[in-house]
Amino acid sequence: MNKLRRTVDKIKPHFQKGGKFAKLESTFGAFETMLFVPNHTTKSGAHIRDAMDMKRTMVVVIFALVPSLLFGIYNTGYQHFLAIGESAEFWSVVWYGLLKVVPIVIVSYVVGLAIEFIFAQIRGHEVNEGFLVSGFLIPLIMPADVPLWMVAVATAFAVIIGKEVFGGTGMNILNPALTARAFLFFAYPAWMSGDKVWVGGMVDGQTLDAFSGATPLAQAAAGNTSFSLGNGAGIDTIDMIIGTIPGSIGETSKIAILIGAAILLITRVGSLRIMLSMLAGGVTMGLLLNTFAANPFMEIPWWEHLLIGSFLFGMVFMATDPVTASQTAKGKIIYGFLIGFLAILIRVLNPAYPEGTMLAILLMNVFAPLIDHYVVQGNIKKRMKRLKTT
Amino acid sequence: MKEREPLFSRKNLRLLSEPINKNNPITVQVLGICSALAVTVQLKPSIVMALSVMFVMGFSNLIISLMRKTIPSRIRIIVQLVVIASLVIIVDQVLKAFLFDVSRQLSVFVGLIITNCIIMGRLEAFALANKPWPSLLDGLGNAAGYGAILVLVGFFRELLGSGTVFGYPIFAELGLFKIGYENNGLFILPPMALIIVGVIIWVQRSRNRELIEEN
Repeated sequence: MNKLRRTVDKIKPHFQKGGKFAKLESTFGAFETMLFVPNHTTKSGAHIRDAMDMKRTMVVVIFALVPSLLFGIYNTGYQHFLAIGESAEFWSVVWYGLLKVVPIVIVSYVVGLAIEFIFAQIRGHEVNEGFLVSGFLIPLIMPADVPLWMVAVATAFAVIIGKEVFGGTGMNILNPALTARAFLFFAYPAWMSGDKVWVGGMVDGQTLDAFSGATPLAQAAAGNTSFSLGNGAGIDTIDMIIGTIPGSIGETSKIAILIGAAILLITRVGSLRIMLSMLAGGVTMGLLLNTFAANPFMEIPWWEHLLIGSFLFGMVFMATDPVTASQTAKGKIIYGFLIGFLAILIRVLNPAYPEGTMLAILLMNVFAPLIDHYVVQGNIKKRMKRLKTT
Repeated sequence: MKEREPLFSRKNLRLLSEPINKNNPITVQVLGICSALAVTVQLKPSIVMALSVMFVMGFSNLIISLMRKTIPSRIRIIVQLVVIASLVIIVDQVLKAFLFDVSRQLSVFVGLIITNCIIMGRLEAFALANKPWPSLLDGLGNAAGYGAILVLVGFFRELLGSGTVFGYPIFAELGLFKIGYENNGLFILPPMALIIVGVIIWVQRSRNRELIEEN
């Protein structure tokens, strides 16, 4: 460790003002802080700096996402071999999944980080760590068969238009990963919805003719609420919880998501308030729709809404994004509740948008500052009243 | 005796050139955004729209400037509206007669030129207080600035949204679709026009630092 520190210290002067590579100062800083906790000391007043800086917060989120990624890799292979009608060994299933998923992860990171580094150099900022999580989230919310160049375009769009134009990490209004997905959803709808893209190899026609790659969500939207896999086998609740169903790469396994949620909650990186209130919002809307029950989709029990589509994934990893969510305690509850409420509403009642979670979170991202404003104003008003009476 | 100012003096030329870049009605004054989003799906209607606005704006500035001393200031808005509306009707009829396809594509947005805030703004801010010739130049200049943005946005939206330029399938000719390229559906939708205008503003401001406001 000391040796590493010495090496870093030895090359450090080259990257500081006046050094040979002064232009690359922020790039150097990014790698240095990845190896060592930054050695900032505060200069005035009594401050205590938490060792849990942004880089380490982000790493916790990535740990929380790993179970979803691993299961996603397995499920991509599993769905593929189901679709071509062959039984395969565990390792060849995983191998196929790796071939599908890893390139998406690489493309998302290379494109996103390249843009982040370029902007940091131009502006002379430190390289921010925000993209570490976004770059990990983007592959998890993509269909297995999405073309890689589309991932690249969407990532570039999300980082530049969704984040850098507002001033970079911490200043963005919209969740970058969801911006990337929304971009793809509106730009290339054929690749982000429908029956084919969710199962690897289906677009190329490698699969059996009779196989249908429709996700449970799509089946429900079509009025078929006894879900089935593409080969006709039924999907029961256990399958949906384990996650052996077609869907975006990381969203299918509820167990993996809940492991992630536990990690986020134990380390206090994710907000319990937002998760619970979003859950409450979704359940409320589900129950509300059950009471009207005008079509088969409205009749499915409220708890099934949590198992199909990306409701849970959005709840744990997207809605809790500390930058784009509300900041005040009361605001978080309103924000989360409305996301859950709107997500199920859009999902069931708007046939054009099969998955409401993405749109609901993006919409509430926009409203989050407004909610905070009114919560703060409300508090001020309350205290002013108290001031007047005394 | 006062010397006559030459027709294309430096001051007059600036009336023509400034709105195209430094004082652009769309990217700097942020006026007329609505029609810029609506008509720019393709290049051809964008150009027709730009020319129509140029016609209406040049002549309305000229006419109002000619009448500026006789218009009572209390009813000046309604007089301006009548002038603009008459010119717009002329444009509308001409388009219907000679460019029916484009006229159908533009639909209500030709009629809505009347409500384009750039035109009314220039009448109020310039034509009412200046001589006819500078007013004409100012109208044409502002319309050109508006039109330039429209054409730019229209070009990118048609190229990336439909893969064509003036209806010519340029991407298909280049063979891009064979290697897996696909048209970007987002460029067909109005929100992308807003983003393109935003990017143009970004580029313009980073090239011309004096446009950046201090907060």
